[in-house]
Amino acid sequence: MTVRAILVIARLNGRIQDSPLQKIMKRNFKIWRGDKNGGQFVDYRTNIEPGMVVLDVLHRIQAESAGDLACRWNCKAGKCGSCSMEINGKPRLSCMTRMNSFKEDETITLQPLKTFPIMRDLVTDVSWNYRQKEKIVPFRPKPRDADGNYRMTRDDVERIQEFRKCIECYLCQDVCHVLRDQGGKDQFVGPRFMIYLASLEMHPLDTADRIPAIRKEYGSGFCNITKCCTEVCPEHINITDNGIIPLKERVVDRYFDPVMWVKRKIFGV
Amino acid sequence: MGEYKIRPYIMTDISEITTFEHDVIIVGAGGAGLRAAIESCHQGLSTGVVCKSLLGKAHTVMAEGGMAAAMGNVDARDNWKIHFRDTMRGGKFLNNWRMAERHAKEAPDRVRELEEWGAVFDRTLSGLISQRNFGGHRYPRLAHVGDRTGLELIRTLQDYAIHQGMKCYMECTALDLLKDGERVSGLVGYFRETGRFVIFKAKAVVFATGGAGKAWQVTSNSWEYTGDGYGMAYEAGADLMDMEFTQFHPTGMVWPPSVRGILVTEGVRGDGGILLNNKGERFMFGYIPPKFAAETADTVEEANRWLAGDKSARRPPELLTRDVVARAINAEVKGGRGSPHGGVFLDIASRVPADVIKKKLPSMYHQFKELAELDITKEPMEVGPTCHYFMGGIRVDPDSQMSTIPGLFACGECSGGMHGANRLGGNSLSDLIVFGRLAGLGAKEYVRSLKNSPRINESQVFSIIKRATSILNREKGTNPYLVHEDLQKVMQDNVGIMRQEEEMKKALIELERIKESVSQVKAEGTSQYNAAWHKALDLRNLLISAEAVTRGALMRQESRGGHARLDYEGERDEWLAYNVVSRKGSDGKMVVEKIKRPEPPEELKKIAYAKIEDLEIGKI
Repeated sequence: MTVRAILVIARLNGRIQDSPLQKIMKRNFKIWRGDKNGGQFVDYRTNIEPGMVVLDVLHRIQAESAGDLACRWNCKAGKCGSCSMEINGKPRLSCMTRMNSFKEDETITLQPLKTFPIMRDLVTDVSWNYRQKEKIVPFRPKPRDADGNYRMTRDDVERIQEFRKCIECYLCQDVCHVLRDQGGKDQFVGPRFMIYLASLEMHPLDTADRIPAIRKEYGSGFCNITKCCTEVCPEHINITDNGIIPLKERVVDRYFDPVMWVKRKIFGV
Repeated sequence: MGEYKIRPYIMTDISEITTFEHDVIIVGAGGAGLRAAIESCHQGLSTGVVCKSLLGKAHTVMAEGGMAAAMGNVDARDNWKIHFRDTMRGGKFLNNWRMAERHAKEAPDRVRELEEWGAVFDRTLSGLISQRNFGGHRYPRLAHVGDRTGLELIRTLQDYAIHQGMKCYMECTALDLLKDGERVSGLVGYFRETGRFVIFKAKAVVFATGGAGKAWQVTSNSWEYTGDGYGMAYEAGADLMDMEFTQFHPTGMVWPPSVRGILVTEGVRGDGGILLNNKGERFMFGYIPPKFAAETADTVEEANRWLAGDKSARRPPELLTRDVVARAINAEVKGGRGSPHGGVFLDIASRVPADVIKKKLPSMYHQFKELAELDITKEPMEVGPTCHYFMGGIRVDPDSQMSTIPGLFACGECSGGMHGANRLGGNSLSDLIVFGRLAGLGAKEYVRSLKNSPRINESQVFSIIKRATSILNREKGTNPYLVHEDLQKVMQDNVGIMRQEEEMKKALIELERIKESVSQVKAEGTSQYNAAWHKALDLRNLLISAEAVTRGALMRQESRGGHARLDYEGERDEWLAYNVVSRKGSDGKMVVEKIKRPEPPEELKKIAYAKIEDLEIGKI
């Protein structure tokens, strides 16, 4: 036991007692209710207790006054990516959005992700995303080393582990202009699957070549690097800088580098 | 708002219900379910996966620390025998010997296989899969990815499985099994989006439905953990075994209230975190059980040497098995030495540099920062026990994973036997991939052996649907949310970490009362993505699970692993010979009985009771 830890504990004992988290108050909410045939915002009012997140509020409203209010959730710890919705117009995980991040008199508006078709209330049909993943050429590993193991360096692994942190909450897909406003779902797989592609393409053991498909079927050219996806990522993945831009560069190297172009014309590779 | 008028769901004709037919239906798409599905596909069987959530969201994502496999990448002294011995000792020797053996032997191959399917584990300096220390494991043994190993496991299995030919039915909840005579013929479920019922016709059904932690107030489990597999298997006549063994993970978050129960990985302690009471005392030194004394450090100095990598030093007491640590924390809090919010302090800030904490425990850093406004690189966390895992479950054959009902298989947390009285951290993820695969193989053997296809019995279908629709159709009734809270309170207050006869008897009376409420439960609204209806339907399974735990706990008059009795302290040798099994009696009431365990093979017994040095040098 260090002196420092004792001091920290003493401070913690004191601090928590008068934490601002303790206040209980009534708050107002507007929640979109309806299904694919239409709907409207409905007002709710309920008590907020210390430390609550938006998902807690939804559970409370379900138990108190709207038993059939539809919302998706699972882990309630920011690990599964189920409870995505638009909170005051911003795509967020409701389990990681703390009530004390809003002003005390602010009405909080909850609505479903705009980019995907509505199922009911706050739940949308995200099956389009599952179809995109199925389209992508899966991992194809090289053979193991003679002793039956694979070897990878820490640096190589860390680079793709960033992308593999993705919890598939699809907030990046929701906010992507190509998918959200430009009706580009037939042409572009979206940021989530660009970093999925990056995790495969940069995987030290992978042998498949997805560059032609990244350019054509997966539509890398549609992303115009506004970085909105990176901003909303709850896992703080550098989607644009570390994932999408390097893939765009690989496409450019392959198709638009004059030396490579001549080589391809002559040798057909 | 015309959509919100009550529109009762009335069934008229079975031909209105869609039927999907597969050789094998797997219920649950966590690690075990997906591994079973992959195996079933590889064996050439038509495979359907039914899951309550979207694919890839299962509770497996919550697993943090890693998966245990004696690969010996970090300490070459490790081998399957030592992993087996650790598992048996952790499980207080109540484990199914054969399952613990297969698990220890097969886990390394299953982990390597994951790598072939794309998993990206943390590496050693030489580029191999790195392994970390964990409670109860003699050597660094957990293959891991920071503190998000479960996510890596499920994503790897998911991304691989979707290319193996399985059909996935997402957001579809299984209601009950269908039987043709004694054997399984499929099941009835409903799609959450529409509330439409669906029949799955299958030759074999594999349950990979997880546990039932949602029967307690403070739990690390997600909403899906409502004991569906236990409830459905029980109703169909299967045996549930060892249900009294519920693991309370020692370190769940305790503050703020809305996150109470969320897991704080054991990796914090594995990487050097220590537990302190409000006096700043490192109290775990006072709780070392005699059985582990020879292998546990008894001074701070020795514990520090171990952490620094001194191989001759013994392990710190914070890394004792979960049952021991959870009870110690409970005792500190009850003794008035707890933290302000009824937990104890977990300090890694003063032990490990901030950048190392962020690198090794990124999710924990993130979780506390965002949910509790606490920087774990600067301040200690407040933690306390949380209901985490069911060691018990559906009684299965250790090799085929088939239950006592022909054609019904179970794997992962919903099956019993592998972990005995207490599960070691890290043995769960390896359990999923070892026994998921075995369940797929078992299903294949069974399907191949069938002479004719089982038939669907329509009257069974109707009675299942009637039970479900009555919740929407009745005029008025109890509120499913309140009934659930009621049940959670009863279990939390009476069947928690420390148990005694009087409280458990009281719990049984309360459970009878709740049974009445459940039979009168009413969900307002339509069948379309109706949260109240979904919850109401889960209640029966939660209640069956809670009753099985309580009756088992009442019968077992000793304290062993995850089951601790104030009125029967300590392990009693006579109880080591028995498992407690519950099943549905002919009068519809739960029957509980002691069944004699089979004698272990001599060779395994020798390994389990061997001195560690003999196993290290290969003498045994």
